[in-house]
Amino acid sequence: MTNIHSTASEMASALTTKEISSVELTKQHLDRIASVDGKIHAFLHIDSDGALAQADAIDKKRASGEKLSPLAGVPIAVKDILAQKGIPTTAGSKILEGWRPPYDSTVVAKLKAAGVIILGKTNMDEFAMGSSTENSAYGTTQNPWDLTRTPGGSSGGSAAAVAAFEAPLAIGTDTGGSIRQPAALTGIVGVKPTYGGVSRYGVIAYSSSLDQVGPFARTVLDTALLHEAIAGHDERDSTSINAPVPQVVAAAKRLDVKGMKIGVIKELSGSGFQAGVSARIAESLELLVAAGAEIVEVSCPNFEYALAAYYLIAPSEASSNLARFDSMRYGLRVGDDGSKGAEEVMSATREAGFGKEVKRRIILGTYALSSGYYDAYYGSAQKVRTLVKQDFDNAFAKADVLVSPVTPTTAFKIGEKSNDPVAMYLSDIATIPVNMAGIGGMSLPVGLADEDGLPVGLQIMAPVMQDDRFYRVGGTLEAALLSKWGKPILSNAPDLAVK
Amino acid sequence: MTLDYAAATTKYEPTLGLEVHVELNTNSKMFCSCATEFGAEPNTQTCPVCLGLPGALPVVNGKAIESTILIGLALNCSIAPYSRFARKNYFYPDMPKNFQTSQYDEPICVDGYLDVEIETDEGPKVFRVDIERVHMEEDTGKSLHVGGSTGRIHGAEYSLLDYNRAGIPLVEIVTRIIPGTGKYAPQVARAYVTQLRDILRSLGVSDVKMEQGSLRCDANVSLAPIGSGKLGTRSETKNVNSLRSVERALTGEIERQANRLEAGMRIIQETRHFLEESGLTRPGRSKEQAEDYRYFPEPDLVPVTPDAKWIEELRAKLPENPADRRKRLQKEWNVPDSEMNSLINAELVDVVEETIKLGAEPTRARTWWLGEISRLANEKEVAPTSLITTAFVAEIIALISSGDLTDKLARQVVEGVVNGEGSPKDVIEKRGLKVVSDDSALMVAIEAAIAAQPDTAERIRGGNIPAAGALIGAVMKATGGQADAAKVRELLLKHLGQG
Amino acid sequence: MAAISRDDVAHLAKLARIEMTPAELDHMATELEQILGAVKRVQEVATSDIAPTSHPLSMSNVFRDDVVKPSLTNEESLSGAPAKAEDRFKVPQILGEE
Repeated sequence: MTNIHSTASEMASALTTKEISSVELTKQHLDRIASVDGKIHAFLHIDSDGALAQADAIDKKRASGEKLSPLAGVPIAVKDILAQKGIPTTAGSKILEGWRPPYDSTVVAKLKAAGVIILGKTNMDEFAMGSSTENSAYGTTQNPWDLTRTPGGSSGGSAAAVAAFEAPLAIGTDTGGSIRQPAALTGIVGVKPTYGGVSRYGVIAYSSSLDQVGPFARTVLDTALLHEAIAGHDERDSTSINAPVPQVVAAAKRLDVKGMKIGVIKELSGSGFQAGVSARIAESLELLVAAGAEIVEVSCPNFEYALAAYYLIAPSEASSNLARFDSMRYGLRVGDDGSKGAEEVMSATREAGFGKEVKRRIILGTYALSSGYYDAYYGSAQKVRTLVKQDFDNAFAKADVLVSPVTPTTAFKIGEKSNDPVAMYLSDIATIPVNMAGIGGMSLPVGLADEDGLPVGLQIMAPVMQDDRFYRVGGTLEAALLSKWGKPILSNAPDLAVK
Repeated sequence: MTLDYAAATTKYEPTLGLEVHVELNTNSKMFCSCATEFGAEPNTQTCPVCLGLPGALPVVNGKAIESTILIGLALNCSIAPYSRFARKNYFYPDMPKNFQTSQYDEPICVDGYLDVEIETDEGPKVFRVDIERVHMEEDTGKSLHVGGSTGRIHGAEYSLLDYNRAGIPLVEIVTRIIPGTGKYAPQVARAYVTQLRDILRSLGVSDVKMEQGSLRCDANVSLAPIGSGKLGTRSETKNVNSLRSVERALTGEIERQANRLEAGMRIIQETRHFLEESGLTRPGRSKEQAEDYRYFPEPDLVPVTPDAKWIEELRAKLPENPADRRKRLQKEWNVPDSEMNSLINAELVDVVEETIKLGAEPTRARTWWLGEISRLANEKEVAPTSLITTAFVAEIIALISSGDLTDKLARQVVEGVVNGEGSPKDVIEKRGLKVVSDDSALMVAIEAAIAAQPDTAERIRGGNIPAAGALIGAVMKATGGQADAAKVRELLLKHLGQG
Repeated sequence: MAAISRDDVAHLAKLARIEMTPAELDHMATELEQILGAVKRVQEVATSDIAPTSHPLSMSNVFRDDVVKPSLTNEESLSGAPAKAEDRFKVPQILGEE
């Protein structure tokens, strides 16, 4: 019987055979949200009416025999960084509290056109700046595995929603790891597509040359289905790739890695990683070898500079992208009592509307771009980018995909790192190089760490526009792991249901 | 003692720099597809992109690129094989993103020149104005300041913003410093802007109406004691809304600076506003606290790399340089400067050329357009070209040349066409204006006139030729003015033994 | 590298139009210094022979045709405005000339 614990693929089948209606399926998920979201706080806005209306419309279309997209009628949660027309979109910030966009982002428009049911908008670190969702102006999200821990960030709400069975699918964005890291910390699949693979039109910008929209789901196949639904060229996004979407669904079903070379990145292993994390990674590699792949060691010596470069490039671009939030045309306005000029009102609004981390990065970015410092900071960081790209090029000359742990540790406690920005930044050490080079990467759950029983994620990376490769490897490994465990990893997560 | 302009320029020499902004006449905006119509209702030609809404992304208007390259080629520039857009970051409410998407160190056109001729005491002199760069950017919105005593910014209670103009393509043309103009600096500046305007008009890339703001000039000038070999501090004058104002503003500014220097005061590097009524400038924002624009390459756009083939295709589209064309036509028509200048000032060069191309005799073409048609146009307060087509004018002139119309009759035909009575043929037919040139018909009228004034006829027979006027007048009256007066005279004199 | 002073941060805060109290300025100065200390290592490898990458993709010449498409309506454009009047965005007085 199809229910919230089914995969999206199973749900889609059940909808096609009319075993269940979309309205029923949507109601099940809305009930689940009502039951557990009080504890998890994955959602910032739940659009019950809209979702049920959409579901009803899809059911009617199906009844009349209309041809529908593969995921039509399946529910989804969308990170609150994507504009959805008429629906509150906050980017996790007070400065956009109550703002209802007059337009849809391209990804949301595509989901609507495909008949996917948008349940609501999920919580996130403010303006995508963070790795724990603790920087949300609306309170943090809890990790369904352990409510005292963070789900990671910045797409923590989307990841938690999928891990807690509030939605089978979710949309996130990834600038330095913000899809892959929460996926790893919550035991689900998350993908950052090749940069330019998915349209950024309507995605509130953090760091334009690094941001990318991507899918979350509980299985590799589900993730692939969602990937194909949202990817593709968009004439409204000058940076979107004008090429066919890679065949990721086919790749996910392939279940074969014979002859593939798997490159292990030397610099992303060793003592900097929690023992339990390293152990699960090592086992995964053994399974891949058993399946016919070959492990090679590769070295990416410039990766150690990638974190530093990221924390110059991203804040610099962000300082410019966030300048538009000045209270003049939308959003919060503070201090307009008739006695103050525009500049004062702007400054008072931004003081009140932005959180600490956002202000920190804006100031840092302003500094890095400022006259006299550009070459030393932003300019130098862009050169590191070239070096990181070269490292990947060299590595991919030797291997078809590269692997590493997604994160140095499993999910950390709420409050553990929030007072030490640099410590927080280190969570992204393995994910950042991928964004810098513009390639794609997947986080695949590969088990639980012995020390704490918390999920561990394996990162699988492929060259630009070869996203199908990590779906192929991910799908194969997922099947092997399922064979080994006998049941999906999420069956180990707490139930959370209100009794 | 205050220096007047003449005195000022005997002591100091000016160095000029001119920045001209051109609003392109593309159908849609620079980075979005909103219309660019002048005078639309406020905020009805706006969209997420030009409003700078969160999530919006720019897409470059290809026609704007083409227009900019044409401008660069017409100004003898090199077209950069690789150029990029950059963000110019500063806060101002008329700029929705609080950065302007412009070009910085990689503009699309560089190193051009324009030769400008002016009248000096020693006769005509040519100055070569070197053009440093031509680049693309976007226009800002328009603000209305409400309240306060004068409606100016100072003391305004609030401002109202209309973003219809925001995002309209602007091309900025920047000269290198222009030394050596001496006291002719204001004329050189005016002549440069005038020529630029004519070139832009001939390219068809802009309306170039200074009064409407589609052509804007910022004039920079500094003074240094003659022969010092140094450069002074410059001021920038904005709000120069006509060609005459360019000249007046610089004249006034040179005088002002000279007097300050004489008094031992320094020149403040600042932006000044030109005041139409007084011809003086007043200080605006002090440029000494120059904003740090923190330029960096625009990450939402990709580079512009026009290939040689495209550039040559555009070069082939370039019309003849207007100044060269006028010189050529003047030579072809063999007219003195005074007449040529009249034609140029009346903006009749194009129609005259066209009329001649349609077969009209050149001198007649000029005299009719400059004379009768312009007279009627002045009466009605419209442009001559709106009254009658070149085809009709050519037709009328052809009829004069063939003797079918006298000048007097032709004036009536012109009047008829202008009044909407139809084509020249229609008017001639309706009003019965054909010249009577049939000798026998004329002889009848001549003999009747002689019979009516026998004494006058006797005097003519006696050699008093001027007396013929009375008889000719009688014949003209009898034929309702449709006789060819010259022919009447010929026949009359012959008949009376004097021909 | 010179220490970041409160004045340095005040200047940055002004450029970024974010109001800050003196205490916040001091705190930010410390944090900024700490972060800059960590990130300045990019200079170690950013030698002059390396070209910067501003873009992960090597695309160029992405243009659109000069065709007009429907805009938002006046209501839609103003829908998020904190204040409006006469079909325009109403903003506090803008001091200083443009």
